[in-house]
Amino acid sequence: MTDLFTKVTPELKRRLRHERLFQWMGRSAIFIAIAFLLVMVGTIASMGVGALRQTHIELSVFLDPQELDTARLYDADYGRLVKKALRARFTEVKKRQDKRKLYNLISSQAEFTLRDLVVSRPSLIGQTVKVWFTASDDVDMLIKGNISSSTGNTQRRIDRRETRWINDLIAADQLESRFNSRFFWSGDSREPELAGILSAFAGSAFSLLVCFGLSFPVGIFAAIYLEEFAPKNRWSAFIEVNINNLAAVPSIVFGLLGLAVFLNTFGLPRSSPLVGGMVLALMTLPTIIIASRAALRAVPPSIREAALGIGASRIQTVFHHVAPLALPGMLTGAIVGMARALGETAPLLMIGMVAFVADVPNSIFEPATALPVQIFLWADSPERAFLEKTSAAIIVLLCFLVVMNLSAIILRRKFEKRY
Amino acid sequence: MSFQLIERQILTSGKRQDIPEQPPVISTRDVDVYYADKKALDKITLDIPANAVMSLIGPSGCGKTTFLRCLNRMNDLIDICRVEGDIRIDGQDIYAPEVNTVSLRAHVGMVFQRPNPFPKSIFENVAYGLRIHGLTSSKSELADRVEDSLKRAGLWEEVKDRLDEPGTGLSGGQQQRLCIARTIAVQPKIILMDEPCSALDPIATAKIEELIDEMRANFTIIIVTHSMQQAARVSQHTAFFHMGKLVEQGETRQIFTSPQDERTESYITGRIG
Repeated sequence: MTDLFTKVTPELKRRLRHERLFQWMGRSAIFIAIAFLLVMVGTIASMGVGALRQTHIELSVFLDPQELDTARLYDADYGRLVKKALRARFTEVKKRQDKRKLYNLISSQAEFTLRDLVVSRPSLIGQTVKVWFTASDDVDMLIKGNISSSTGNTQRRIDRRETRWINDLIAADQLESRFNSRFFWSGDSREPELAGILSAFAGSAFSLLVCFGLSFPVGIFAAIYLEEFAPKNRWSAFIEVNINNLAAVPSIVFGLLGLAVFLNTFGLPRSSPLVGGMVLALMTLPTIIIASRAALRAVPPSIREAALGIGASRIQTVFHHVAPLALPGMLTGAIVGMARALGETAPLLMIGMVAFVADVPNSIFEPATALPVQIFLWADSPERAFLEKTSAAIIVLLCFLVVMNLSAIILRRKFEKRY
Repeated sequence: MSFQLIERQILTSGKRQDIPEQPPVISTRDVDVYYADKKALDKITLDIPANAVMSLIGPSGCGKTTFLRCLNRMNDLIDICRVEGDIRIDGQDIYAPEVNTVSLRAHVGMVFQRPNPFPKSIFENVAYGLRIHGLTSSKSELADRVEDSLKRAGLWEEVKDRLDEPGTGLSGGQQQRLCIARTIAVQPKIILMDEPCSALDPIATAKIEELIDEMRANFTIIIVTHSMQQAARVSQHTAFFHMGKLVEQGETRQIFTSPQDERTESYITGRIG
């Protein structure tokens, strides 16, 4: 036997080396990308996980019949009752300044918690009831270990005396950390312990719904017409160039257009998901058209010939055969465009969706904000507790994206056919 | 015209008891086809008789497929393609402005080079043409027509138990027979076949050829083929194309045994092509 299959010439050695080098570079590129992704997701998750829990404080409140007029239960001064309860718990506090600090242990929400309890069960009046109140953000931060004791006593948000009160509550089992459902079911608030993501989430969801409803049908019909029916001449080339250019226009320009046309000319409601969705649709449209045209072009011509060959009209050929085969690709394009729209802040800036919105919108006409805007607003807030809320909001945004992309994959699997 | 007469005399002088005398179904006069500025076909004048198989042969790029696609106006789909001259089917000019390609193509069916079933079930593949042309009035009639078409395409026995399975899951030869069933379901008069066996193995090819021979009783078939043996086996008439020109046409037997033109002779003996 000769060494025909084992001989390594210098030329062959060089080729093998190139191949190994290329594979190594490819692997390290993937490794770097994954490492960056892990660092990003890891950081956000570790910072945001705290927002899932919230500290609560238990107080014994005497529901004084003299304070509570049964005819006007809704208007009674529940704040006073809460303050009384706090003073009763810490009898040693006498000075006015100290009392103010004491009241700061409990969230300003406490009086409404108590009001709701009394209004729903008026029979409790005259008794002393144990109620769990949401703790203030400063207490929450201390419990979560975000306030360092090395900071000077007077500069700390929670000084030594307040720390003692809190330790006292812990010792009496009157302080505990619970799952923070409020974060998911309420709107924004100036108080970090009360702020929730729902209004921004609903705003984003409504906007995307409007965006999809407008841009998907318009986009695919434009793509089908341009690809299957329009004559290939100077005009169609001109339109194609313009669509490609539109896809690259900075999104804030679409925001300005929305401001000028939708708000000022048509007088549509400001800050509403309707207008937000319309602006995002303008931005998404070129992406969908380009992706849909590529999907249509990828359908083999033999399918068109088969349909036309047995006498299907052009419309029948497109809608019975070509479009269904291109649908998965069109959906993918739409989802890519929508994912971009979900993360977009700049165009919303122009139409007033960058706002403090505490109420959860119920329709596309009510003022709303969007997830990326909410993230920006919280990141910009001075309170320490908003830091973890910001990260938690980013996690919600990422989950929204993952759910959208997953549904795109599932839809694509469902519609995909072999040909 | 006199040339035509002479040619017809040549044709009629031969032995051809198997071909009944009938007026031509398709007649083309001086057909020129251009792709942009390039002339692909030059003055094609050809009569195609009914209920017979005519094969179009010639080297690659000679224009035989282009000619075939003129007959059901599939060339309309190519923007740069222009057809001049006169093409008549049953006396009707098919390029007249009032002609509608949908009914033309229902009348002139086509089977393509590569089997191209729809990515739908076997049943739907055959039923589609019937549905869009509204040829059946009830579900049972539709099922009967599908069964009948599949039987005539010689595929029924192989697929009757799996009509719901995708047509794309069949073998290449079965797919091509499915395409033939799909074409004959709408009952065209003429069937154009563009190298229907070029992507198939010899056994599948033999089945299709057998099928073509049976179909001759009901349809006029025009087949483009690269295989001289196939042309000799399945067709009664042959037309030889070379560089966009129709060089010679006549009875298959005569073309293959005593070609009049030396280019034809070179081609069938394998010297060009």
